[in-house]
Amino acid sequence: MNTNKLLDLLRQNARLSNAELGVMLGETEKSVADEISHLEREGIIMGYSAIIDEEKADENGVTAIIELKITPIKDRGFDDLAHTIMGYEEVDSVFLLSGAYDLSVTISGTSLRNVALFVSERLAVLDGVLSTTTHFILRRYKEKNHVFNEDNFDERSMVSP
Amino acid sequence: MDYEKLIPQKIREIQPSGIRKFFDIAQQVEGVISLSIGEPDFKTPWAARKEAINILEKGKTAYTANSGLMELRKTVCKYLKNFIHTEYDPEKEVIITVGGSEAIDLAVRAIIEPGDEVLVPEPSFVCYSPIAAMMGGTAVPIVTKAENKFRLTAAALKEKITPRTKLLVLPYPNNPTGAVMRREDLEAVAEVLRGTNIVVASDEIYAEMTYNGVKHVSIAEIESMRERTLVISGFSKAYAMTGWRLGYVAGPQPIIKQMLKLHQYCIMSSPTVSQYAAVVAMEKCSADVEHMVDEYDMRRRLVVKGFNDMGLECFEPEGAFYVFPCIKSTGMTSAEFCERLVYEKKVAVVPGSAFGESGEGFVRVSYAYSVAHLTTALSRIREFLEELKKA
Repeated sequence: MNTNKLLDLLRQNARLSNAELGVMLGETEKSVADEISHLEREGIIMGYSAIIDEEKADENGVTAIIELKITPIKDRGFDDLAHTIMGYEEVDSVFLLSGAYDLSVTISGTSLRNVALFVSERLAVLDGVLSTTTHFILRRYKEKNHVFNEDNFDERSMVSP
Repeated sequence: MDYEKLIPQKIREIQPSGIRKFFDIAQQVEGVISLSIGEPDFKTPWAARKEAINILEKGKTAYTANSGLMELRKTVCKYLKNFIHTEYDPEKEVIITVGGSEAIDLAVRAIIEPGDEVLVPEPSFVCYSPIAAMMGGTAVPIVTKAENKFRLTAAALKEKITPRTKLLVLPYPNNPTGAVMRREDLEAVAEVLRGTNIVVASDEIYAEMTYNGVKHVSIAEIESMRERTLVISGFSKAYAMTGWRLGYVAGPQPIIKQMLKLHQYCIMSSPTVSQYAAVVAMEKCSADVEHMVDEYDMRRRLVVKGFNDMGLECFEPEGAFYVFPCIKSTGMTSAEFCERLVYEKKVAVVPGSAFGESGEGFVRVSYAYSVAHLTTALSRIREFLEELKKA
């Protein structure tokens, strides 16, 4: 089984059936199912979710990326604070980054005000948070290799050899 | 003006491509999803595009040598030596052409005169016989059959050879069937041709796209065939460079020398920017080609299984990017099938009859599309068949 190919296919479209995946990879449906369970058990496949154009799904919804500078704690680094933050259900993702700031936190909310309040009341006040900068996403162009707002135009001519 | 009188009869009699005829129908139906396009859905590898930009920036926009940029001819020769184990002299035995199509045109025009016969295995791509007809020659189809995996057999070939036969077109990997000639098939064909004065125009434009571990073999590799073979290929399919219009022909100097004159008067030299980009494509983009072929292979399996599951028997193609399912079980002609499918389910596939009479009873389906596109189209065809059964 070519695991990389299987993962690639799932990255592109996680809704392909095991039978379809099997045909494409030249494997049986059962061995695809076994491999996927194995990848799930190993925590390599963490879950399955749709790529949604949030602007279309909810016009008023907002998403923000918040940069946090924090003070690392001896022996535990940034983990404690990261764990606290990822515990908030408003938070979609938390990454520790190299460079000018430490944590990148993604938050979705129903309004700009809600998100701003969340940052000022829940994040900025945490012990160890030195500063926050909030960036609201204005437009999505591409996510997980899917291009947004582009009509599916095939520039190839209908007439071809 | 009396245009009828103006245009020679043999030109007026040339039929427009059957593929084109069907598209005129398909194009009138709104919202059609197509499985009919014969070109890659990938973009040209970035390295080749970047080189073209670079060349434009430098302003290298003059004509090249008639037979093409020396650097590209050398690259092509190096590539052929490695790929089909056959050596050519970049000075005298290669022409860079405007697509594989021009190379086919040159080959037929250089060799055929009135009364000559051109053997064309069918079903196959549509350009060979009109060119033969323009030269006053006749294309003689050799029917290939599903039970022979659409390969050209020595027996079928022998049967069609006459004293007038001058050229055999060998279009493998084949459009539209996806058939591939294995080494042993080529050996058998070569055995028939040795000792004759027949030239082979080996149209290998899909050579890089083979599957199931099958590697392309050129008839030029077979013993004593190099001297009677024109290897015709190009960059369109393997490197997804259709719009760059670049191909090549390699063969024995006495024929290439004559072809070069035709090329020189008709084309001058192939597009310069495309030629520079093609050097980079051939030298640096083999990983991109491999990736594309891998993708095609996954889709190929999906589509073949899809058709077999819905009861349209589908020969397993080993090359190109087409499948050629048999639709005889529906009781329709391939043209009827395709028209109804377009009108009723808005899916366009090409009638097999567009590729010669022997394509009747089949349809050509291209899988140069995304998996999502293919699965949608397949499920519409499945619905179509189910509704036919109920009716």
